[in-house]
Amino acid sequence: MRLPYYPGCTLKTDAQNFETSTLEAAKTLDIELVELPRWNCCGTVHALAKDDVIHYLAPIRNLIRVDEMIANGEIEDGKLVTQCVMCWNTIKRANTAALEDPDKMEKIRGIMEKEPEYSGKVEVLHFLELLKEKGWETITGAVKLPLEGLKVAPYYGCLLLRPREFALDDPDNPRIIEDLLEALGAEVVDLAYKSKCCGAYHAVHMKEVSAELSHKILSQANEMGADMVVTACPLCEFNLGKRQHEIKKLHPEFSSIPVVYYTQLMALAFGLNEEATAFEENTPDPRPLLAEKGLIMER
Amino acid sequence: MSPGKSGQYLTFGPENASFKAKIEELSGENIDLCMQCGGCSSGCPLTEEMEFLPSTVIRYVQLGMEEALDSNTPWVCITCFNCEVRCPRGIDVANVMEALRQVALRAKYDRFSLDELTSEELMELPQIAIISNQRKLTG
Amino acid sequence: MIMENNESNMVTIHVMGKSHEVPGDLTIMKAMEYAGHQFRRGSGCRGGYCGACATIYRTKGSYKLLGALACQKMVEDDMYIAQIPFSPAEKKSYDINDLRADANAFMVHYPEISRCLSCNTCTKACPQDIMVMDYVQAALRGDVSEAAKLSFDCISCGLCAIRCPAEIVPYNIAQLARRLYSKYVDGPAEHVLEKLKEVEEGKFDAEIAELQSLDREALKERYETREKRL
Repeated sequence: MRLPYYPGCTLKTDAQNFETSTLEAAKTLDIELVELPRWNCCGTVHALAKDDVIHYLAPIRNLIRVDEMIANGEIEDGKLVTQCVMCWNTIKRANTAALEDPDKMEKIRGIMEKEPEYSGKVEVLHFLELLKEKGWETITGAVKLPLEGLKVAPYYGCLLLRPREFALDDPDNPRIIEDLLEALGAEVVDLAYKSKCCGAYHAVHMKEVSAELSHKILSQANEMGADMVVTACPLCEFNLGKRQHEIKKLHPEFSSIPVVYYTQLMALAFGLNEEATAFEENTPDPRPLLAEKGLIMER
Repeated sequence: MSPGKSGQYLTFGPENASFKAKIEELSGENIDLCMQCGGCSSGCPLTEEMEFLPSTVIRYVQLGMEEALDSNTPWVCITCFNCEVRCPRGIDVANVMEALRQVALRAKYDRFSLDELTSEELMELPQIAIISNQRKLTG
Repeated sequence: MIMENNESNMVTIHVMGKSHEVPGDLTIMKAMEYAGHQFRRGSGCRGGYCGACATIYRTKGSYKLLGALACQKMVEDDMYIAQIPFSPAEKKSYDINDLRADANAFMVHYPEISRCLSCNTCTKACPQDIMVMDYVQAALRGDVSEAAKLSFDCISCGLCAIRCPAEIVPYNIAQLARRLYSKYVDGPAEHVLEKLKEVEEGKFDAEIAELQSLDREALKERYETREKRL
């Protein structure tokens, strides 16, 4: 299976561990992800104002790149795989909204000028959807090191599940990350706050607000006895993981808990090497805990 | 109409209707569907930081009152869509908040400037945070 | 001399609203001089290399706002012209040795690149036919090599910066990208280092001493006949 893949800016910088583990885990499952040529930033948030046109250009250009890959015979299928939740949501929503509104599409085409016309046939997929399509038994079949005894709390955040029309799974009772974790042999810890906001971009100018929201989520994970939290979004990972020092400033009693990408646990369970799991890039470092659980070698 | 106990009363003019129409046009939402159940506010993770509850802002818009723009609520709203999945009347409150932000941003008002960030903050923050901040808080 | 008054080839240009009859085979710069304008600013090498003569114009019957270098672009009939000799932009100072060839280098000094809309207006404005948006996007995701290669022909004329709706100054980003590329990706130029070593070892001392001993006339003679002697 060979599919075009849109990494997004943050997977190329602060979330390289997300990209590395994704590509390696995909290889194990015989999925070849081919990076989209000339891709541009999606804009991270969908343009909600009904008369907006300019913010559609970024996502639509990326979809045109998929058309070009098909025209060049590089891929067969018009399915674009995304991993970052915000990229997925933005490109998927722009795709739907633009196609539903021919007048908007006409304006977009007018501004783009030299770009070829978008076919409207690209389907935007999240990597999790691809995994579900493959089947959980296939995932289990690839497991070499079951994550037995590892208690993992899935954290969905906002945009995987909302708005309802663009939800990856049931917004009220999601199962997709739980199913994946169980397929990997881990024990799922169910958080009531698993789809509460982490504070998202308030991290930029209202970091205490983000820290408070993230604190609620992580404290619950601690109380429920989770060993770690998994996420699919680099902004969630930043607020919940890298910004734990801000939580400690507000709540000195807070005990830190590792936050990893779900693909890192896939790479671990598939028995891939340290370069693929890339745990050294996570803050806090999950390796002492994984070593304690006997899932990685003691250093 | 005579003023009530608070000494204030509401007056309605054509300008109220045009403000409401503007928000409805930008958001694509039918504001009159709201029955003030407060479900959006109870699901919102950010009400502690807000000067008005989301449902209060919706009420202001229903009445065509531009005071809806006076509170920090549209700027504290982070578009997490908790309100959207909870609204029993099918209103996407996040879209209404975006419409309110757009009215302010399009009048050359920016809520935040990148100039306020230090080098250390810029070094620490991932692109995904800065890009979404800029998309939401600047015109 | 091109300024030959060929009646049949005269065109009308409108410079800052004032109309002039000028020969049609002139560049914008020469046509403006023909019409009596004197360039104190907004003119440099006259060869398309320095980027000082950025100009915007429209042609009759078209809504398009186009950009060009006045020293390169030929006039057209009914061209509406304005010079943009300078684009105000803050140029950040940095020590290249303190930076790393990654996205942070751009985000710290020019965080406004995060505002890029992918509208491609910059690319359309570029008189050098550079894929400006593509290099800004490459910089945003930390692809220093791609940003440096795509922007190689940039002459910092500033037209992209004037047109950008996100208020980005692309040419500053291009310059940083190329500096990072040559410092950290391409590495030092070996032949330059070798030549430097020769200088330090005194290989050219005698020649330089000889030149220093020459008087003005002899130096001038040397300079004028330099190509013959090579």
